Amino acid sequence: LIVSKTSVLSWSSAAFLLSFMNKQHRSTDFEVHRNWLAITHSLPVSRWYYENTSEWTLDYPPLFAWFELGLSQAARRFDSDMLLVHNLNYASPPTVLFQRLSVIFTDGVFIYAVRECCRCVREKKGSRDVLSRPSFILSVLLLWNFGLLIVDHIHFQYNGFLFGFLMLSVAKHLQSQHLQGALLFAVLLNLKHIYLYVAPAYGVYLLRSYCFTQDNKDGSLRWRSFSPLRLLALGGLVLSVCAVSFGPFILMGQLPQVLSRLFPFRRGLCHAYWAPNVWALYNLLDKGVATLGVRLKLLQEAELPRASMTGGLVQESQHAALPSVSPAVTLLCTLLSILPALASIWRRPRGARGFLRCLLICALGSFLFGWHVHEKAVLLAILPLSFLAVESREDAGIFLVLATTGHYSLFPLLFTPAELLIKASLMLMFTVFSFSALRNGRGPLLRPLEVVYLLGLVAVAIGCEVVFPLSPWQQRLPFLPLLVTSVYCAAGVCYSFLRLYASQRSDAHTWNPTRSLQTHTHTHTGIPSYPR
Amino acid sequence: MQTWCLVSISVLLGVAVRWGVSLNSYSGAGKPPMFGDYEAQRHWQEVTYNLPVQEWYFNTTDNDLNYWGLDYPPLTAYHSWICAYIAKIINPEWVELHKSRGYESPAHKLFMRTTVLVADLLIYIPAVILYCFCLTEGSSGKKVSTLLCFLLYPGLILIDYGHFQYNAASLGFALWGVVALGLGWDVSGSMAFALALNYKQMELYHALPFFCYLLGKCLKMGLLGRGLFLLVKISATVLVTFGLCWLPFLSDPSQGLQVVRRIFPVARGLFEDKVANAWCSLNILIKIRSILPSDAQLYLSFACTLLAVLPSSVKLLMKPTFWHFKLALVNSSLAFFLFSYQVHEKSILLAALPVCFQLDEIPLVSIWFLQTTTFSMLPLFLKDGLLVPYAVTSLAFLYFSIYLLSALDHCSEDELRLGAYRKLLFFLPKMDLVWITKWKFYISIAAMVGLSIASVAVLPPPHLPDLFPVLVSTTSFLHFLGTFVFFNIVLFSGPPDRKSQKKTN
Repeated sequence: LIVSKTSVLSWSSAAFLLSFMNKQHRSTDFEVHRNWLAITHSLPVSRWYYENTSEWTLDYPPLFAWFELGLSQAARRFDSDMLLVHNLNYASPPTVLFQRLSVIFTDGVFIYAVRECCRCVREKKGSRDVLSRPSFILSVLLLWNFGLLIVDHIHFQYNGFLFGFLMLSVAKHLQSQHLQGALLFAVLLNLKHIYLYVAPAYGVYLLRSYCFTQDNKDGSLRWRSFSPLRLLALGGLVLSVCAVSFGPFILMGQLPQVLSRLFPFRRGLCHAYWAPNVWALYNLLDKGVATLGVRLKLLQEAELPRASMTGGLVQESQHAALPSVSPAVTLLCTLLSILPALASIWRRPRGARGFLRCLLICALGSFLFGWHVHEKAVLLAILPLSFLAVESREDAGIFLVLATTGHYSLFPLLFTPAELLIKASLMLMFTVFSFSALRNGRGPLLRPLEVVYLLGLVAVAIGCEVVFPLSPWQQRLPFLPLLVTSVYCAAGVCYSFLRLYASQRSDAHTWNPTRSLQTHTHTHTGIPSYPR
Repeated sequence: MQTWCLVSISVLLGVAVRWGVSLNSYSGAGKPPMFGDYEAQRHWQEVTYNLPVQEWYFNTTDNDLNYWGLDYPPLTAYHSWICAYIAKIINPEWVELHKSRGYESPAHKLFMRTTVLVADLLIYIPAVILYCFCLTEGSSGKKVSTLLCFLLYPGLILIDYGHFQYNAASLGFALWGVVALGLGWDVSGSMAFALALNYKQMELYHALPFFCYLLGKCLKMGLLGRGLFLLVKISATVLVTFGLCWLPFLSDPSQGLQVVRRIFPVARGLFEDKVANAWCSLNILIKIRSILPSDAQLYLSFACTLLAVLPSSVKLLMKPTFWHFKLALVNSSLAFFLFSYQVHEKSILLAALPVCFQLDEIPLVSIWFLQTTTFSMLPLFLKDGLLVPYAVTSLAFLYFSIYLLSALDHCSEDELRLGAYRKLLFFLPKMDLVWITKWKFYISIAAMVGLSIASVAVLPPPHLPDLFPVLVSTTSFLHFLGTFVFFNIVLFSGPPDRKSQKKTN
């Protein structure tokens, strides 16, 4: 496995570089996780979800809290002062060192997952050059993923660790080890509940392909093949994981409190910086209609709600002209957006790759329509899509559009002028690599309009990062670049969503059930194509 | 994958690493009253912007030469002057006469770091790309690997972007000179090198090989025919370049003399601080500075340097090929570093540049040497608070270079150029020289790691406060001496036989 060794080692040097070179960046997430370390270490379990000395209360599921408790055992040896709950905004050099190292070491899970994924890739025949081997390309696309690198190693979060579980679970499904895949996903859900976004895909797929053991000849469901034993095993597995995680809190009667921490609907529709999703477009439309209305004297300026969406600073906000959106509406929209994909894999599962595609649609659908979505959540679609991208050229085209826009939308995370060059060069590196590696010396992957759109992204980048700070508008409209970025990127993400749907439809038409059987047995007899 | 993609990825990686280092501290940050090299460069901007050219190098009421007086040749001064103009546009406080002394702010740091990067991107990096693609052999994959290792050499990055200097400019000009000579453009090559000399007088370390190579070439072409014509062309180019650079100082002889006096400060002694050269290492055993008068020290170092440079220069004069030229550059710059007068620890970068040229041919020794050069500057990095970038870039460089250039796989006796050693050691029983070399490499890397950790973590005994810097400089000195001998032997054993090289490949 020289291939993955290469990229792992180069990844680790990159991670080290990023983590330690960047002394300037200290995000709020730094303090968030320090606070959680302190809470889990110095308070009894019963206080964990009630503690509110810091504004950054514990709002991840219990398994993550246990994980923090484990980390805090090591943290004690670095600097025990960081484990005091009242020690707010504490960031001594050993604390920073410990936090950075903890991200790097827990990323081991991700590296292992990438290795497993690389084993499942269908190798092309006759490609001897290491650089053009799909498994190598996949390992670089995952390990050097721009978004993951900056979010984890510069901004600070444990996404690598969490995505490790997701990718490992996907790999297990690709290897037809469904129970392991389900177990891993259950663990993941109890680590961070954002992965509920993709849970519908898991539910439908496992029910359809694991609990029903046989298909009809045309690929449709054979009801009689239902295996209650399998359903029982699956349900038992998932429930026991949840019992371990939530059990103590249920016994203490704290479940409502825990859930209220996990799902804080009091936050607004959009995050301070709008994630590039449908609601960003909706906000813009609202703004446009309001302005137009005032111009045409249809609306009274005084009647409009104050502090509407321009700032993005305001958490709870109302729309001026269009109806305001409630959490229930976003939930409904999300469900509607993913329903056709779920129905499609229910009718014809199309193997683990079909499941992966459905997972992507779920991830993107909830990203586009969800309530209070963070821009970082786009990684949930970009990372698994890398797998499909190295296998098919059509998916590669979707990947290029989605990854480029999604990654660019992460730019505002690093906002100081000194960091501009780091983020730009890393992003360019990843983009140049993905374009050239996926194209692999053959025809263009993108349609002309997509090329124009991505070139427009360059113009947006130059405008927002270079021209705007020097222009006089900076004082009057400080949030304009953020608005432009989210709206422009929202278009690309929506487009990728539609293309994913289109690819699923064409997949459904060309799908041949006998081929699925072949690949199925193939994976059983041995993992097909080991990279050397 | 297309080559241009790989090249751009390498360059972007190089830029990202450079910029990552530049977010760290610089020399003399927040340390009044003298600060460090960062303040020196800022001060030069202040002086060159506000004072007339005639006063730049003179001690006047407005120009206190004891406070970071200008002591580099005119091209550096012009560079500072251009930077000062841009600084003035952004924020006039940065270059205000007298008042700006010791000015520090995040925005100013960003500006200064950007000037370094601009110089690097304009001069050094294009030359490296050109060198790797036009003057190295092998597949395009190998060329890209060499390029990446060349760009990731930590010593230069840490000094330029951490400590703060503009070595990429002077070394870049020298590199352009080498590239031009390699491509056969002798006249433009000598012009580029003249610019390098006018940027930093330390480029004299490289001067002798340039001189011998060009002279040897002219001699070979026949001093009475085309050779003479070439010689005249080259000398005219050099003279004109120098003349243009020194134009403002030529009006008055006292001006020119003052510049020369500032550039070559003989009064500063044989060596300062802890340098990994012969004199400083000898100082542990014999206190030369107290035994010999300063004149004698000067002559002694001059004689030793000349003696050390002579063999490779003569060889180059007889055989002026590009292969010999590259090796002579290594030997000459190392000889100057080891034996000449008033050497700074940063001058090892001048020897590191030509060793980078050997990365594709003799990877193991080159990587080993380059790593040692970085290590030899450890005390300086610790003083500047650059420990983490030092550790990270060194590890990254070691990993990338050993892996990409497969330094530890391709090491037969031929590839390591150990044939001559075998002949020299004929009286000893037969040994596996390759095996010994590899183990020496491992042990020395382990020693460097150990000393680096010890310098940081262990308190030296009270009666030996300088224990670790001395150990670092002595260890590095031994490495440098070994490398110096090695490259001299390689130069004298001649270029590798093409046929045997193909066979081993």
